[in-house]
Amino acid sequence: MGLKGRDLISIRDLSREEIEEILKASRRMIPYAEGQRAGHQLDDRLLVMAFFEPSTRTRLSFETAAQRLGARCVTIADPTASSMRKGESLHDTVRMLSSYGDAIILRHPNEGSGRLAAMASDKPVINAGDGAGQHPSQTLLDLATMQESFGTLSGLRVVLLGDLKYGRTVHSLAHALAVFGAELVLSSPPSLGLPEEVREHLDQMGAKVTEVDQLHRAVRDADVLYVTRIQKERFGDETEYAKVAGSYRIDNAVLAGGKSRMIVMHPLPRTGEIAAEVDGTPHAAYFRQAFLGVPVRMALLSLILTGKAV
Amino acid sequence: MRELKITPIKNGTVIDHIGNGLALEVLRIIGVRELDRDSTVSVALHVRSQKIGWKDIVKVENMELSPRNVNAIALIAPTATIAIIRDFKVQEKRAVDLPDRIGGVLKCPNPSCITNQHEPVESEFEVARRRPVVLRCTYCERLVDEFLPNLA
Repeated sequence: MGLKGRDLISIRDLSREEIEEILKASRRMIPYAEGQRAGHQLDDRLLVMAFFEPSTRTRLSFETAAQRLGARCVTIADPTASSMRKGESLHDTVRMLSSYGDAIILRHPNEGSGRLAAMASDKPVINAGDGAGQHPSQTLLDLATMQESFGTLSGLRVVLLGDLKYGRTVHSLAHALAVFGAELVLSSPPSLGLPEEVREHLDQMGAKVTEVDQLHRAVRDADVLYVTRIQKERFGDETEYAKVAGSYRIDNAVLAGGKSRMIVMHPLPRTGEIAAEVDGTPHAAYFRQAFLGVPVRMALLSLILTGKAV
Repeated sequence: MRELKITPIKNGTVIDHIGNGLALEVLRIIGVRELDRDSTVSVALHVRSQKIGWKDIVKVENMELSPRNVNAIALIAPTATIAIIRDFKVQEKRAVDLPDRIGGVLKCPNPSCITNQHEPVESEFEVARRRPVVLRCTYCERLVDEFLPNLA
């Protein structure tokens, strides 16, 4: 145990106890994230934000987290301006960056780039998304959102809705929820179901997983409705896309069939999966979820760089 | 007339109990082009076996296999045994055995995996399941259960 000096590449790198430690630290970071208290946990630290793929939310929330705790950042936000365009390998780029800063936050279009960076760097690397692969801080903030709403993760009935095949966040989240003994309900168009190997992995973990094809049935007993984006480019023709996307759209009429305490989550950006009318209801948790990205990343940075949170 | 399917070898390696029809793949792994010029390779296809029904056998003179080659054979022919022959005597005989981590033997089938992008790293897989064998890419975490098309 102990997160100091560690890399965070995949949610599998963390034990249940370590995830609990991060979630606990995240709760204590909320006043710092809200600006009510000034943080000095990372004074004099310099973080390298190496974003080789466009990202707004993740990069800004890492930068916000770092600066709220007193750290400074140097940032590559535009991959076209970097030496990688000149043909330098990621390995060499990371090796160089690791001699500049105290930790590297990496977003890169290729799967496995986080693991490669961790091998090349002698400073901690946090994977902020590697292609369609892992994005562990997203999973942690998803868990933090559920825990804040319900006080626990175990026994929660979580519906994973939409694109369960390509959605990056869903596979890691399903793994983490299984670690905590949540119950998973899968609801997706037939062509966008959870990949067999992910399903098999969940079965091996002893997770309770069911599949429900109709949206109203999935909503009925749910504690959490985790909605993902269904991408147009996954479909051959526009009509098929419109039909599928329409049948997974969440609005107040759909939510009326669910529990009063049910929360709706979405990794954002949304593109019509959740109607704007839901925003004003107590079900809407997606903006809170996006905010919690800041305290969760504060906790991560602090635990990894200093070994303690507050 | 004496029937002699495969002659004994003086020095070299005998790979026995190769699954039926897989001998040519084993030859591909060994890389026949790189053999010592005095080596003779004998291949027996479709030989009756008490252990596995039908089997293939490959004998290579004057050559011992690298650990990497043994790992590759373990993946595509898990029933194989490897005997090292010195001066017509079996010096050592063992079943192939898959280590927990395998480097450089397979290419990751995920085209977007960082190991397929001209980076100065070797592919690496860990064993996710042993029976039947499923490997997980150490880098991109892709699961692989088909090995022949992905040999490096």
